[in-house]
Amino acid sequence: MTIDRNAPPLLRVEDLARVFDVSKPWLARMIEREPRRFVKAVDGVSFSIAKGETFALVGESGSGKSTIARMVVGLIRPTRGRILFDNVDIADPGRTADVARLRRRFQMIFQDPFASLNPRFRVDAIIAEPLTAFGLMSDRAEIEARVADLLKLVRLDPADGRKYPHEFSGGQRQRIAIARALAANPEFIVCDEPTSALDVSVQAQVLNLMRDLQDEFGLTYLLITHNLAVVRHMADDVGVLYLGRLAEVAPTEELFARPRHPYTRMLLDAVPDLRPGGRPRRAITGEIPNPIDPPPGCTFHPRCPLADDRCRREAPGYTRDGGARVACHAVEEGRTETAPPAAFALA
Amino acid sequence: MTEPLLSVRDLTVQFPTRRGLLTAVDRLSFDLAPGEVLGLVGESGAGKSMTGSAIIGLLEPPGRIAGGEIRLKGERIDNLPAEAMRRIRGRRIGMIFQDPLTSLNPLIRIGDQLVETIVTHTDRTPWEAKLHAASLLEAVGIPAARARIDSYPHEFSGGMRQRVVIALALAADPELIIADEPTTALDVSVQAQIIAVLKDLCRDKGTAVILITHDMGVIAETADRVAVLYAGRLAEIGPVADVISRPHHPYTRGLMGSIPSLDGGRDRLEQIPGSMPRLSHIPPGCAFNPRCLQAFARCVAERPPAYRADASEAACFLLDPAMSPAEAAR
Repeated sequence: MTIDRNAPPLLRVEDLARVFDVSKPWLARMIEREPRRFVKAVDGVSFSIAKGETFALVGESGSGKSTIARMVVGLIRPTRGRILFDNVDIADPGRTADVARLRRRFQMIFQDPFASLNPRFRVDAIIAEPLTAFGLMSDRAEIEARVADLLKLVRLDPADGRKYPHEFSGGQRQRIAIARALAANPEFIVCDEPTSALDVSVQAQVLNLMRDLQDEFGLTYLLITHNLAVVRHMADDVGVLYLGRLAEVAPTEELFARPRHPYTRMLLDAVPDLRPGGRPRRAITGEIPNPIDPPPGCTFHPRCPLADDRCRREAPGYTRDGGARVACHAVEEGRTETAPPAAFALA
Repeated sequence: MTEPLLSVRDLTVQFPTRRGLLTAVDRLSFDLAPGEVLGLVGESGAGKSMTGSAIIGLLEPPGRIAGGEIRLKGERIDNLPAEAMRRIRGRRIGMIFQDPLTSLNPLIRIGDQLVETIVTHTDRTPWEAKLHAASLLEAVGIPAARARIDSYPHEFSGGMRQRVVIALALAADPELIIADEPTTALDVSVQAQIIAVLKDLCRDKGTAVILITHDMGVIAETADRVAVLYAGRLAEIGPVADVISRPHHPYTRGLMGSIPSLDGGRDRLEQIPGSMPRLSHIPPGCAFNPRCLQAFARCVAERPPAYRADASEAACFLLDPAMSPAEAAR
């Protein structure tokens, strides 16, 4: 499918932030004389997704990717920022009536197909739920026909509708979850780690199915994952998250050909190569810091080979570079090329 | 060839259930040379963890070894009494589990856990053991090891905890370590560090490793040889480079093709139709035949033995030198 890059984006996220209160209970705080504590799970994240495209958010655990997914589908409210779906701010509590109408146009696929399907419901009832919940259909014969179509769409047998979720394998369950997501004819699907609970051969089936459905229905995906190889196969654009902030946003091809942010480079270097003796994997030094108490300045500086005094003091803004947007002082100052690659090697 | 450190012959692990006897590992055979790293890969339910548990004698009842034998340096260990097996476990065979939080006791300082292991399995005095524990923690890359020896497991991050588990597994200088998905619970950036630590330490000490994982990338950079399991049976075994770049078994070929790579573009992935059979419904003949595009009559009728193919061995009739060309064409 050709994509019109100038078309207005279907989803635009502006300066999105979410703070969680992780304080101890009041009494414990009083006794231990501790202040309230907050985690900035997501902080100032902006990106947009054009219709028919796939935008991937990658990051390690604790980077805030699932929090963003949950805010986009309305499961939790943002602390700050706007989420514009088709130019309507769906995070605005004043527009609940509009938002309710819009909800039908987006859906979510969850990571664990063992938890996301009600074990007491038959598969046909699971898939039909959005149809009845949104009041799209009431005629039983009509619903049955639609469910059969949906099952065929995800390459399952319409007769499977009479079975229960436990009778299916992980990959088949994820297809059922996809069929349910498609039931109300959504335009936009948030996929939170859709294949990370699946085996590789099954992962390939599900990813291929998602691509086919995208081509067939012009779906727009927000793909949340930690697997860079999956991103490479699925996404048009990628946002790399680190401790709740976007380190880099770039078109997929560009990101893989020329990663700019030192963290993106590290992530790419950390992926093992299948060809033995091929690209050597360079271990990243250090681990993600505790988000309750993040480092000052650029939150990545303790692990960054390019960090200098400014990085330790001042949080970087975004620099445009080609098609990419990068939050890094070193990129802004043009200090990246001079760094020897050996700086990434683990001692 | 020198005498193998570990020799597994026709290992069969079965589970009696209400629906009948399930065979989780089915006549599996392989050898492991001293100091060698053998990768054990397969999808969930392929029997990889079960194989590891059988070797170290930690099969959860009602699962049991129903046939075959396991020899450590020629001595049978699959039928040892529990007490004798306990002495081998930890001293001669170390184990690293997937989740470092469950393999460490949360109530005991990590130093004490290490000292306990060392004192139980070696002749060291508690004082010597404490020094050894500190040097082990240093070796696995725990910063300020001497200061952190009195910390509790929860005071460490996931990656650091897994380092402690590696130190624990290496504490008694075992000849073999079984690492069951040692990096699966960790983030990508930490995985590489842990694999590097495990690999370097085992190479320095000459410890053999059975690395159980579903991540071919980890196998590719760590293992010398790799065994691919399917439905509890050995599909293919061979040097890592050969199995990855010149797989002989159709399942291995499909598996390699379905792994998305960083170098690939936005194209479709190869996919194997269907999914692995449940243990209660393993098809007759070759377990892979319903999903195999090259299957023929014989694949349904009988189970293929392992045939030699270059430096590898694969259980597939396509490799049978005695097979008539006409049969192969069908």
